[in-house]
Amino acid sequence: MTHPDFLWRNPEPRPAYDVVIVGGGGHGLATAYYLARNHGITNVAVLEKGWLAGGNMARNTTVIRSNYLWDESAAIYEHSLKLWEGLSDELDYDLQFSQRGVLNLAHNLGDVREGRRRVNANRLNGVDAEWLDADEVKKFCPVINVSERARYPVMGATLQRRGGIAKHDHVAWALARKADAYGVDLIQGCEVTGFEITDGRAVAVRTSKGRIAAGKIALASAGHTSVLAAEAGIRLPLQSHPLQALVSELLEPVLDCVVMSNAVHVYVSQAHKGELVMGAGIDPYNSYGQRGAFHVIEAQMAAALELFPIFSRVRVLRTWAGIVDVSPDASPIVGRTPVEGLYINAGWGTGGFKATPGSGWVYAHTIAHGEPHPLAEPFALDRFTTGALIDEHGAAAVAH
Amino acid sequence: MMLIECPHCGPRDENEFRYGGQAGVSYRPEDTSDEEWAGYVFLRDNPKGWFHERWFHVHGCRTWFSVERHTLTHEIRKAP
Ligand SMILES: [Zn+2]
Repeated sequence: MTHPDFLWRNPEPRPAYDVVIVGGGGHGLATAYYLARNHGITNVAVLEKGWLAGGNMARNTTVIRSNYLWDESAAIYEHSLKLWEGLSDELDYDLQFSQRGVLNLAHNLGDVREGRRRVNANRLNGVDAEWLDADEVKKFCPVINVSERARYPVMGATLQRRGGIAKHDHVAWALARKADAYGVDLIQGCEVTGFEITDGRAVAVRTSKGRIAAGKIALASAGHTSVLAAEAGIRLPLQSHPLQALVSELLEPVLDCVVMSNAVHVYVSQAHKGELVMGAGIDPYNSYGQRGAFHVIEAQMAAALELFPIFSRVRVLRTWAGIVDVSPDASPIVGRTPVEGLYINAGWGTGGFKATPGSGWVYAHTIAHGEPHPLAEPFALDRFTTGALIDEHGAAAVAH
Repeated sequence: MMLIECPHCGPRDENEFRYGGQAGVSYRPEDTSDEEWAGYVFLRDNPKGWFHERWFHVHGCRTWFSVERHTLTHEIRKAP
């Protein structure tokens, strides 16, 4: 097979679309793809202020898993994982999806209890999960230091064997190519600056390429969602923070699973190409600067070396940051907004990549029907008023 | 790393401080509606630009204070 010169057209916007998606990252592209594939809606534009998938889609650490604690989260992330399992075939593109197993380490009795509880909760929800003691952790991942004399000894871990990583660029390109083939216009260098709202209904977006009318407008703008929503007069329970990650120089294969530790505050995997990919927690302050402080990287490296003394002489090649939108309960916000015809998909915080297909699937349904997909319903904006929060801080405060 | 000026200790490294989020959020009485209560508990401004915010000099003199910081450039100026 010869590789095509271009995977998608690069069109200028038409004056009007049935659906305008604001944000050409993973979630926006997946939403466009499923709008076309599942609902036959192809008069769609994806507006991206930069280049396709150049925001958080290019900056994440590609960890995929579905071992969340609460039923609502398990359902949506497991739906996503099941989609991942068929996505390379479906998109006819090797996403390098590798189900190499995800370990979440426990370093104290609290972690152990929480981990065992999570394993049980996962199994009740049909999500594969196992509890490993320290010896089993060592067998599964020999390069981890499980010595009792470690500063943060490894007392066990949860393991989701179906979890793993994928190649983020391939995911974006594959979704973009298919969406484009359905006739979706992927429009780059087109920044949305405001909305035209008539009688409480959003009818058009104002952009750097002029006015574009829309039957429905769907935000998929991650860290910049608050700024856009404010243009529509909506205040959201989101705070934007830098989330840093880094890669090492290229190494021979040394780590064949994903290792995460909330207590020590780091997560590590080795990309197909050979670099170690590491991420940690957010920089604490609000920011749109796409950069963070070096002491956060330093703390993350200290944590990594605690777990992997073997990496002590590995050099850091590159660090960067993306802007993540964090919600009060560390769960996403998906659904309608107080403005008719304006939809929101945000708040995925530090863990949006794994949700890419699942998020696109439920968001496309929500947009197409004007009613939330059953898996998205618990993640509605009004849960902060009703109090029906989905508190995933235990699973998601640090990582992912 | 940012250099943050503590009103008591002067300019100090960012990692001596803890972030306190938006400044000027006043406590609400209990006879509020669910919407108002949700707003008080969960809604904070999240601007791209100047932001009036709290910092705590936790590893220093333990003073709470407010600054204005630009959320894109990270430039800090004293709160008016
Ligand atoms: Zn001080």
